[in-house]
Amino acid sequence: MLYGYGGHVLRLNLSDRSVKIEPLSEELVRDYVGGRGFVAKVLYDEVPRGADPLGEENVVAIAPGPLSGTFLPCPNKVAFGAKSPATGGYGDSIMGGHFAAELKHAGFDLVVIKGRSEEPCVIVIDDDEVRIEDGKKYWGKGSMQTEKMLKEDLGEDFQIATIGPAGEKMVYFACITHDFGRQAGRTGVGAVLGSKNIKAIAVRGSKGFPIYDPEGVIKKGQEMYDAVFAKPGFEKWTPYGTADIVNWVNEVGSFPTKNFWTGYYEEYKKINGVALRESVWTLDKGCFACPIPCGKYSKATFRGKEVRVEGPEYETIALVGSNCLIDDIEEVAYANYVLDELGLDTISGGNVIAFALECIEKGIITKDQVEGKDLKFGDLESFVWLAEKIAAREGIGDLLAQGVKTAAAKLGQGSEKFAIHVKGLEVSGYEPRYAPATLLAYMTCDVGAHHNRAWAITYDVAVGREKKEGKAAKVIELQHVRPLLDCLGICRFPWIEIGFELDWYAEIWPLVTGQDKTWEDLLKDSERIWNLTRAFSAREIEGFGIDYDQPPARFYEEDVPTGPIAGNRITKETLDALLKEYYELRGWNEKGLPTAEKLRELKLDFVVEDLY
Amino acid sequence: MQLVARDELCSGCRTCELLCALSKLKENNYKKAAIRIRGQFPDPGRYFVVVCDQCGVCAEVCPEGCIEEVDGAYRIDKERCTGCGECVEACPSDAMFTHPSRTAPIKCDACGECVAYCSRKVLAIQE
Repeated sequence: MLYGYGGHVLRLNLSDRSVKIEPLSEELVRDYVGGRGFVAKVLYDEVPRGADPLGEENVVAIAPGPLSGTFLPCPNKVAFGAKSPATGGYGDSIMGGHFAAELKHAGFDLVVIKGRSEEPCVIVIDDDEVRIEDGKKYWGKGSMQTEKMLKEDLGEDFQIATIGPAGEKMVYFACITHDFGRQAGRTGVGAVLGSKNIKAIAVRGSKGFPIYDPEGVIKKGQEMYDAVFAKPGFEKWTPYGTADIVNWVNEVGSFPTKNFWTGYYEEYKKINGVALRESVWTLDKGCFACPIPCGKYSKATFRGKEVRVEGPEYETIALVGSNCLIDDIEEVAYANYVLDELGLDTISGGNVIAFALECIEKGIITKDQVEGKDLKFGDLESFVWLAEKIAAREGIGDLLAQGVKTAAAKLGQGSEKFAIHVKGLEVSGYEPRYAPATLLAYMTCDVGAHHNRAWAITYDVAVGREKKEGKAAKVIELQHVRPLLDCLGICRFPWIEIGFELDWYAEIWPLVTGQDKTWEDLLKDSERIWNLTRAFSAREIEGFGIDYDQPPARFYEEDVPTGPIAGNRITKETLDALLKEYYELRGWNEKGLPTAEKLRELKLDFVVEDLY
Repeated sequence: MQLVARDELCSGCRTCELLCALSKLKENNYKKAAIRIRGQFPDPGRYFVVVCDQCGVCAEVCPEGCIEEVDGAYRIDKERCTGCGECVEACPSDAMFTHPSRTAPIKCDACGECVAYCSRKVLAIQE
């Protein structure tokens, strides 16, 4: 018996409306752990080479991890993956909330969705009873409105993931929303659901799942919670959640401001954690079994309309706030609501809108292209107008809906230099110009410029921003540890934010699963998965490799103009040297592809023939 | 003796549900818990704790007489329960829970196992 797993794989084909339930393969468990690992393997094996990301051939894979849904702090992460419309390569996004635990309680460790429904549909998973229901009545509705309607129609005890209008229109950065404010935001997984006419996925599970040593898990779990409670950050960090870091990021000059023009925002105190707590916060809202709820549920009013939103969390504050020069936390919260309800990722969404505003400021996007509107930074009306155009793919919104890489390629006139992305995925909320590890992490992140895989800004600051030695190695270390948590199905915040030791997970792992794998073994699995996602992108994208690991020119051509690190940047030569070192340490060739030897070492022999 | 809750502090994490089933039944299945967290979102945006207040209505309506107060809390004799559902219907707090794999409903006996692991300090045992 597989302990820590629901034990089953659910396979749906929306084209022929077939539903199959299969036992989970022990081989998959052995080499790919769960969560992101399962997603990576399924996409590699089952997405046909050259598949259109928004076509019938693309595959959606959804997987909680072996530690999801059991008794330890923050066991709540589920991975949604597909070939990404944003990058054309491997895509996944990790979501919190209660969806992971519920899927496991229904007996599923992996859901694989293929084909395309003729009409809008809702996938309902009620233990073994799986239905593809008519979704027409929800089509066109906002993400949270849809969730509310489905809770009323199906039952409050269903956990529901939805897309908004932006997903329906296949905006490249459309997200999946769950629990009224938790998102699988990145890589356009919401657009892929939209392309398959899936408006929502609802799950309810009553079965639970076996764990190896229940008494041991209770005891160890209690020790783990007690250890969290004893951390100073438990009391200090939790009231502000991720917004707590605004002050520090600004102090070190890494707070993205005005489309990453600079890293320092004078008005930061108007949008920091204290502002959030004092002016819009109404409730601390947690994911499943989370003792440090970072979700800050808020109320915001704009032009007489009162809205409720979970957030804004740090990334939204950075990309929608400082990066668009919106200097009022209530306005940021309102913008957060607009993006959530439309179903747009706030990271890419804020980034794309800031890019558009800079293009408008420079005359690259003309007034005619924006229906004569006077759109500008710092103006919520401008922000909302652009967000709605993007979600509807109307006029300039249709171009922007394809992300900054494609938009800049079409607009030209030097806009490529300030199209802030890597591989077609917009950069998240840390200005990396004078932070070599942070920038290298963005450059080499498997899905494009996402902070989730290796968040290195605190490390850059701690060891010295100038310093280059050891940074490539540190990025690799982080790229194995953090994605491992996404395989296990647990949240990184106890570790990252309040210093909860990773050793605890290694200690509870055998009690949950009965497996004798060590943490080192699991990290090796994580390295295998990293190489597999790299190989997926190499297989799918012509010429993939070093040319795709490059940051936007703004990051190496322009000094940071203001703030505490004004006058600094990293040169292209430094970046080239760091990237070269990174490839060597990974056992990749000079083009940035895993060598055959490395692939065999990682038991990825089946990849060798695809790449070589 | 009863489990009391300050709902307005609840973050909805449901650690209490998970630990309840795990400690009582040694099963990782929150659907067998004797406590439930219900959310009301997006508006007003808060959680409600649904749990037995030991009012005893279940004992009054049970046709088998198999719910009795022992050590300050009402408990179901699972051997004698027929699963008729009278108590579930009658419970004024909607706090008698059912599960497809179990005949007897599940109710809180105020053991307090969940209290220490509620990070928001929502729960407490009132003597």
